[in-house]
Amino acid sequence: MTPSPLVPTGGATVRAVNDEFHGDLLEVSMGPHHPSTHGVFRMVVTLDGERITKLKPVLGYLHRNHEKIGESTSYLGSMPYTDRLDYLNAMTNNWAYALAVERLGGLSVPERAEYLRVILAELSRLQNHVCLAGFLLQDTGASGTPLMYAFREREKILDLFEALSGSRMMCNFQRFGGCRTDASPAWLAQVAALVGGFGRFLDEFEELITGNEILMARTQGVGVLKGPAAVAAGITGPMLRAAGVGYDIRKVDGYGLYPRFTFRVPIGAHGDTYDRYMIRILEMRESIGILEQALRDIPAGPIMDPKAKLRGFRPKPGESYGRIEGPKGEIGFYLISDGSANPYRYRVRPPSFVNLTVLEDLCLGHTIADSVVILGSIDIVLGEVDR
Amino acid sequence: MLGSGLLQGLGVTAKNLVGSFHDPKRLTTVEYPEQKTKLPEAYRNFPFLVSESAEDPMGTLRCVACQICEKECPPQCIFIEKSKDKKPDATGKMQIYPAVFLIDSSVCMNCQICVEVCPFDAIKMDHEYEIATTERFNALLLDREALAKPNSYFHEIRPEEAAEVDGRLAAERKAAEEKAKAAALAKASAAAKPAAPPSAVPPKAEPPKPSASA
Repeated sequence: MTPSPLVPTGGATVRAVNDEFHGDLLEVSMGPHHPSTHGVFRMVVTLDGERITKLKPVLGYLHRNHEKIGESTSYLGSMPYTDRLDYLNAMTNNWAYALAVERLGGLSVPERAEYLRVILAELSRLQNHVCLAGFLLQDTGASGTPLMYAFREREKILDLFEALSGSRMMCNFQRFGGCRTDASPAWLAQVAALVGGFGRFLDEFEELITGNEILMARTQGVGVLKGPAAVAAGITGPMLRAAGVGYDIRKVDGYGLYPRFTFRVPIGAHGDTYDRYMIRILEMRESIGILEQALRDIPAGPIMDPKAKLRGFRPKPGESYGRIEGPKGEIGFYLISDGSANPYRYRVRPPSFVNLTVLEDLCLGHTIADSVVILGSIDIVLGEVDR
Repeated sequence: MLGSGLLQGLGVTAKNLVGSFHDPKRLTTVEYPEQKTKLPEAYRNFPFLVSESAEDPMGTLRCVACQICEKECPPQCIFIEKSKDKKPDATGKMQIYPAVFLIDSSVCMNCQICVEVCPFDAIKMDHEYEIATTERFNALLLDREALAKPNSYFHEIRPEEAAEVDGRLAAERKAAEEKAKAAALAKASAAAKPAAPPSAVPPKAEPPKPSASA
């Protein structure tokens, strides 16, 4: 096989063929039910000794016809289904879908609802990244402790989601032209308390693990993704920024009220797994800043566009694309309306799925144990990959 | 020094281990079947049908079988059959009622859209979450007897929302009564003086009676 231009470093070389000194190549099937595959995902790995020479991802175990269901239900009816795409980040999925429909239907969003969306999206980012850090460390063999620390903090955020939307993960909170329910001052005070303490948690978490020599040995130089290759493959989100490309849809698209907020976009230098871990930690610190600004500035007022109606929403024929910077990357919804109550075409641009396409390139030449870590650093959710 | 990062991390875990003996705030878990956390009011699980009284739930369902929820339900888990006869609803109007109301809770995904689209405040989300059964089919298909829960239960789980709904329904009932009374009065005066020109002053409505269930 031709070595991929992405094959990294570390002295690992991919052997072309069997020769007299080496044995046969071994094909190992990891998954679909494997604790490291983050769901029902199968990797058919061809091994030369312990090194990976070929990796074939097998998808579709969780396929449930999401896009076709979206074309056969009403615009509102698709909203709870979007919760189930990336089921860690229902809030950002809802927002991306609401954004697409609002562009299609020409609805505006009141300022308070926009602020609420920013708060919820950043909370969602916090809990996704903290979850990812826990899972990634679990994959490197730090069994339990970091994951439990991460989940302790994530649970507090999910409690806030539950108090506002009624459900920890299946929030179904955004509506076309605003939000479903208003946040009480008590809820906002709870968010402020959580945000105030989150920096200290991150300090503790970093003290626990960031300087850990075993983590560094397992992740530095592993699964290097360079900027041009990442751009060519359409990678978005923290993975792209870890590869050194400063592309954040919050900055380039300026959707919602993000132009009002001051925040920095962290960028990695090496593009390896350790960078992808650190980018998430740094992004969480930036999210804390955005949350503080949003909680300080959130105005009183309505949370729904008066033009918006819940039932019988029939946009004019046309098309729209709504995309936001989800915690995993660009989550986008493309809709075509033919004037009826259902979209004519409903397409999801899932960040997990697109980011997963470089898995083989990242894994070639590394050991099979590293493939687990690399997969963990890509941050996939199979609900979104398979749709 | 190699290993200093490791030792630093172990220090954090040691701090948490020792701290959990001193600071109850560090104990973040509860012993579930014995202890339960308090659910927030907004918490939602499967829907239930609100009935006005606990004694006669089937006679006092708020549902008028308008079938909006059946139409809007994203996974199509609601099945409603309208009644042939009518009975007075929560606002005193004569309405049909659901002869059959089924929710397939194995299909329901707790999205709350049925609650949002219901114009009669007849269907609400429950707080009950210990609902495991050993039977896969009939036990998960909930009929209206299983779904009906009294308004007092609604007040118990969602006090704020229930008070708001009750206030709104009482106001509607009052308005409907006044309108009916005014219409009856106008009819009576028109019948008494058929030749008289229509009066510009609307017939004065009597002070409304306090409604029965407010």
